Amino acid sequence: MAGSSLMETFFQRTLEDLIKGLRLQLIGESASISKAMDEIRREIKSTDPHTKSTALQKLSYLSSLYFYDMSWASFHVVEVMSSTRFAHKRIAYHAASHSFDESTPVLVLITNQLRKDLTSTNELEVSLALECLSRIATVDLASDLTPEVFTLLSSSKVFVRKKAIGVVLRVFEKYPDSVRVCFKRLVENLEGSDSQILSVTVGVFCELASKDPRSYLPLAPEFYRILVDSRNNWVLIKVLKIFAKLAALEPRLAKKVVEPICDHMKRTGAKSLMFECIRTVVTSLADYESAVKLAVTKIRELLIDDDPNLKYLALQALSIVAPNHLWAVVENKEVVIKSLSDGDPSIKLESLRLVMMMVSESNVAEISRVLLNYALKSDPEFCNEILGSILSTCCRNVYEIIIDFDWYVSLLGEMSRIPHCQKGDEIEKQLIDIGMRVNDVKLELVRVARDLLIDPALLGNPFLHRILSAAAWVSGEYVEFSRNPFELVEALLQPRTNLLPPLIRAVYLQSAFKVLVFCLHSYLLQSGIVASTTCPDNLAPNVLEVLSDKDHPEGTDLAPHDASAHSKQEEGFNPRVLNQSSEDLPIEYGEEASAGHGQAATVDSLERNNFNYESIMNMLNLIELAVAPLLGSLDVEVQERAGNMLSFIELVRKKMLDSLAQKEDSLDRDRTEVSEIIEMMNDAFSNELGPVSVTAQLRVPVPDGLLLKQNLEDLETICPDVQPPSLNSFSFGSLHSEERDGDSLPILPKKEESQSSNESTSLLSEHRKRHGLYYLPSEKNEIGSNDYPPANDLKSESNMNYDAEDLVKLTDLSLVPKTKPNHAKTRPVVVKLDEGDQWPLAAKLQPKEASLSGAVRDVLLGSDTKSLSQSKPSDESSNRRKGKEKLNVDSPSESKEKLDDVEQRDGENPSSRKTKHHKHGKERRHRSTGNVVDKGDENVQKGMQNSSHRHGKHKARQKTDVAMNVVPQTQVIPDFLL
Amino acid sequence: MIRAVMVINTQGKPRLAKFYDIQAVEKQRELIRSVYGVLCSRADNVCNFIEAESFFGPDTRIVYKHFATLYFVFVFDSSENELAMLDLIQVFVETLDKCFKNVCELDMVFNYSKMHTILDEIIFGGQVLETSSTEVMKAVEEISKCSISFSLSECVCWRLPQMLYRLSRNLFRAGGVDSMEFEVIG
Repeated sequence: MAGSSLMETFFQRTLEDLIKGLRLQLIGESASISKAMDEIRREIKSTDPHTKSTALQKLSYLSSLYFYDMSWASFHVVEVMSSTRFAHKRIAYHAASHSFDESTPVLVLITNQLRKDLTSTNELEVSLALECLSRIATVDLASDLTPEVFTLLSSSKVFVRKKAIGVVLRVFEKYPDSVRVCFKRLVENLEGSDSQILSVTVGVFCELASKDPRSYLPLAPEFYRILVDSRNNWVLIKVLKIFAKLAALEPRLAKKVVEPICDHMKRTGAKSLMFECIRTVVTSLADYESAVKLAVTKIRELLIDDDPNLKYLALQALSIVAPNHLWAVVENKEVVIKSLSDGDPSIKLESLRLVMMMVSESNVAEISRVLLNYALKSDPEFCNEILGSILSTCCRNVYEIIIDFDWYVSLLGEMSRIPHCQKGDEIEKQLIDIGMRVNDVKLELVRVARDLLIDPALLGNPFLHRILSAAAWVSGEYVEFSRNPFELVEALLQPRTNLLPPLIRAVYLQSAFKVLVFCLHSYLLQSGIVASTTCPDNLAPNVLEVLSDKDHPEGTDLAPHDASAHSKQEEGFNPRVLNQSSEDLPIEYGEEASAGHGQAATVDSLERNNFNYESIMNMLNLIELAVAPLLGSLDVEVQERAGNMLSFIELVRKKMLDSLAQKEDSLDRDRTEVSEIIEMMNDAFSNELGPVSVTAQLRVPVPDGLLLKQNLEDLETICPDVQPPSLNSFSFGSLHSEERDGDSLPILPKKEESQSSNESTSLLSEHRKRHGLYYLPSEKNEIGSNDYPPANDLKSESNMNYDAEDLVKLTDLSLVPKTKPNHAKTRPVVVKLDEGDQWPLAAKLQPKEASLSGAVRDVLLGSDTKSLSQSKPSDESSNRRKGKEKLNVDSPSESKEKLDDVEQRDGENPSSRKTKHHKHGKERRHRSTGNVVDKGDENVQKGMQNSSHRHGKHKARQKTDVAMNVVPQTQVIPDFLL
Repeated sequence: MIRAVMVINTQGKPRLAKFYDIQAVEKQRELIRSVYGVLCSRADNVCNFIEAESFFGPDTRIVYKHFATLYFVFVFDSSENELAMLDLIQVFVETLDKCFKNVCELDMVFNYSKMHTILDEIIFGGQVLETSSTEVMKAVEEISKCSISFSLSECVCWRLPQMLYRLSRNLFRAGGVDSMEFEVIG
């Protein structure tokens, strides 16, 4: 040893010195650590094993508690591991299990070291190696060391054996083929008398069964014996967990275990065991009334206990019971509601969940009221939990439990005003969604939106911006329900809107634009520019023009959905407005202030009288004043919309209002032109939007030559500078190509006309951009006669009756369906899409899960059958390879099929089996139901002889064991359970 | 399965951290920090369970116990019983107490290896291995005995002088270190 390194070694700081140094903090923590790291780097290269191991110990300390990377030292770990001294080994194994992972390159070097230590006579060394293996075993390590683990499984030393049992879990997981070798021994350990061994073994089976319960059904008798005999709470808890899984699969088993479980529940003094019994009953034995009743009484005991832990768990148990036995929750209602004000956040959350489970159509209003008041008083976090759960409960299954939508919409408005509210996204979504789905609620919706918009204080809260954006959109889209559009325009353009982010600002502008168009249009109608008699005639071509615009080459964004229905609707709508404005005016005049929740039609007429020349001019001025500065906005969206709006105003002001200023009798060309433009704009905006099926895009057939699944990774290497398109524009693109399907048919012939009005086209395409609400006709619509789900069945039905001629009848008709629901509070029509409201999540996740558990199951179930016929001593390794390959190749459906076959094997005759199993023909062909046991037995023993070195002693035991295992295997559930 | 065991002091410093599913060190730091963030905001008389799905993924729970200046935290999934885990923390702390005679935070600071040895005898690869603290004690004592045995010649020629040197150094510094320790305890 060189002098310097000798000195270094002599004066080396130990871990204790290092810790003391860190605690003294003479030079600051990070400085002293980096000094220590320098030392370590030097010392770890030392040839003296003691110095080296001390350095490694210090390093793993720093890595474990100060989170310094130590992957660079992995080779040193391996070196120290090979030391003969136990103390050094211990340090190295600890370092290895702390720092190694699957990708550590030196892992391949430790196989032999591990093997040596696993077969060591020193049980402490064996235990070190097992411990390490349980953490870092990879596929290769697991497969190479399976024989050693197998040997240790029947070690006479309990200290080693229990760890070997523990390591089996990791080995099975990494290398399923080892099941064939080790499974028998594992089961043997289940029968042993040693309680330590038993508890570890049951733990392993619990872990295995939690991943794939079905495979362990054959072991049910063993577990049942433990359940009845054992007095060890740890063991019983684990066995209960296993039965919770198994009983769900096999009703006969459930019947068998329900009694002992209830026994335990009644007798045990240990709360942990009692709770596990309760949980098992409520999760898996919920069909057994008496057991559930007993469990609920026990839950009640826990619920009123002073210990918050028990209370929390009892609430959790209740929430498991709730879906099947709501009475259990209702019985304990007081406690649950009282827990809402508990000091413990976990308990509060649980009880909130339970309260939400009790919500039904009849009590949703009450409960929400109570909770909302409670939310006002509670801390921000819990307040948002409450809001979130109200929102998610109410929107469940397309607002299933909501009857009174007016109430719900105003509740949403109220929620937005709660100071801590951070649920902007969800409220935004629901406001828009309700608007599209429920026609009858639009009036209230617009009122709520207005209240939100005109409050300047709300603009300062960034959490509300999303809600405000929804409010702006709603009030623009359904402006015809608004009581005072002028007020709306003012609200949308108030100075404080500059606090909004640009995207939402753009929504505000667009809404203001819609309101403006609506006002102008109403004004025109009112002042009789568009003569009432000519209106329908004028309209028809206009509508067609507008619709053909939609098909314009540059503006293919929006699906021109149900053109015919809408043209009808518009025809219906416009005359109605006209009619009201001219006829109802005198009657309703002056009632403006009486707010009320009157019907839309009345409100429509209410503010018609405001549309006079001055008010329109005022509005135009206001808009010009407020919007002009936005032309310089940095945001493209805002800038463009501002530009559109201003040029539209300019157009209108120049052409129309000047001519209007002259006397009305001069019906010149200008005026009609202007009215046509406005008419057209109005039509563009009055198209109803419907809800969009989540799966809409899935229905779009992929055009030929478009490879959606092509891997574009190499694109980055080719042109690294080019940014990939943002999500937004991507979805744009994919929608574009496919948007016109069946519904565009009536439009196609009109394509030539699309050139006719350029201004409105650009505006229209902008209109299409609003809110990213693109939608596609659903498949059903294309095939069937139905159009895209109408916003409201009632309306479209009545629209059929609307005819240009009988205007008088119209008012009545439009009044009737709108007033009735409001007074009688019957549930309004809520548009539901046939299938597309939820993602088909479950279906998508299935295959992956199935392939995993299917593979495990295959191996586990096959553990008897395959090892019986297959594992010959000579080609163990080749078997292993084969097994591995098969595992990877097996498709989920295949393995499932196999499983089924295995289960019903005894019912079938051999020939049919052969055909089904043509893939594994070789393994199973020679088997007939008669000699399964004998043949299998022989082969298993051969296999075992190969892998174990102590076969003689165990032979007899193996024999009985195999027999035991095969019998339940073939019958799946043994007789005594039936 | 038990996913992780942590001992964190009330200032948020980790005193012991063991993750049974492999995590990168950075991730470990982050997890410990976020667990501490939740723990330190909890009052004393509340329940010992926390949902941990936001940190450790689906189907995970945290149970913790607060002793003096330390939080003992176990992270586990649905194949463990909550109350049993609480008991297991008790077993762990009891064993520590037996090993160190009235265990305090300082013992945990200076006995890094021993802590791990004890823990490894209780939990093995995420499985509960042993629930009796006497059994654990027995195993730990045997391991420590085995760890300090030197060969005689090595002892005399090399380790003895080194130990003497260290002893003298420690004696020399003892005053300062001790006062420091008292400060920390206080």
